[in-house]
Amino acid sequence: MTGVRRGVTHEQIARRIAADIPDGSYVNLGIGMPTLVADAVAPGKEIVYHSENGVLGFGPAPAEGEGDPELINAGKQPVTLLPGGVYFHHTDAFMMMRGGHIDVTVLGAFQVSERGDLANWATDEAAMPPAVGGAMDLAVGAKRVLVMTTHTTRDGRPKLMTACTYPLTAAAVVDRVYTDLAVLDVVADGFLVRELAPGVSQEELQALTAADLRFAEDLTVLGA
Amino acid sequence: MIDKRVTSLDDAVAGVLDGSTVLVGGFGNSGVPVELVHALLDQGATDLTVVTNNAGSGETDIAALIREGRVAKIICSYPRSAGSVWFEQFWLAGKIELELVPQGTLSERMRAAGAGLGGFFTPAGADSLLAEGKEVRVINGRKHVFEQPLPADVALIKASRADRWGNLVYHSAARNFGPTMATAAALTVVQVREFVELGDLDPEAVVTPGIFVDRVVRVAA
Repeated sequence: MTGVRRGVTHEQIARRIAADIPDGSYVNLGIGMPTLVADAVAPGKEIVYHSENGVLGFGPAPAEGEGDPELINAGKQPVTLLPGGVYFHHTDAFMMMRGGHIDVTVLGAFQVSERGDLANWATDEAAMPPAVGGAMDLAVGAKRVLVMTTHTTRDGRPKLMTACTYPLTAAAVVDRVYTDLAVLDVVADGFLVRELAPGVSQEELQALTAADLRFAEDLTVLGA
Repeated sequence: MIDKRVTSLDDAVAGVLDGSTVLVGGFGNSGVPVELVHALLDQGATDLTVVTNNAGSGETDIAALIREGRVAKIICSYPRSAGSVWFEQFWLAGKIELELVPQGTLSERMRAAGAGLGGFFTPAGADSLLAEGKEVRVINGRKHVFEQPLPADVALIKASRADRWGNLVYHSAARNFGPTMATAAALTVVQVREFVELGDLDPEAVVTPGIFVDRVVRVAA
């Protein structure tokens, strides 16, 4: 780890994303970092969470030693069912995803291109068998695809680029990207930076991004 | 008289042939028909094509079938789970074939088989490596890839309760692939926790009608 930590925390990114999710939305959170978003939603907002294995309206993890061992989410973590929550089978679960019934999905990413291509299922490592799960169905089907990711890889390589080098999950699907350094919209001519983390300059953000950035005229401070 | 109940796990999997395509329900450890898979292990059929979401973990069920060299091919969406060491070992050694399918496509291919359809076009994966070698067509301005139906010889699934006609209800998220798999196999075998009398299952709440079911066996919870 290097000395000064740049950018906002994962929890702050989650709060920023949660603020963009309208009350009453049906939401699917990808496994990993996006699950933080559920804890960041303001009280009073009613969000119905969907899980690809056949649950709509799931709630937090049960207390240790309690709960139903068969009631899990997509990350295979134990969850609970809220009043009004329902079960359904896998084909219906994916009908909801692919058929455009999910309002918002928040997904992790290995790479995002300036035209909204998403790469989040495979890298170029050949030493492990490939696995895809529901990523492709969700990416093509959700009404709004939000990406939550660190701005660069652990070793500092850009994740936002002109074109993805990793295998695509889906082409031209990402609407908005939230990183520890910025909030960026994918618009017709590339990435448009809407918000910039405190203490990060436009030049620094550009240097950490492998695509040409444009900055919104009403650029604001991320997390402010 | 119709009575699909069988009295033992051996009877439940009797007659499965070498080279069969076997659908196995479950998502992670939820809804896996563990006892039926172990019965198939004892039954001896080999050179199997197994269709399932994950590739098993630890030493039980699908992982055990792979470990014993009984699975020639797996059709799967997410074989890389925590503890899927037997699959990884066999895959790295080139001893098992993997057909990777997006999860919704896996489910829909089985649904198409059960519904008597000749396949379908889906946008999922149409821009990915998984569309290689398949027909891609632009429909309403968007790329779709053609996917074939996925019928099977046998389905092994887990439900909660059954009557002698094979009507089924499930338990929470353990339902997952069960209702679809039940429709897609020539022989659908179900393990349940409880048998009930005809009429005891609320007809408004039955998830899988017995027409899709061939054998049910009770396994102590």
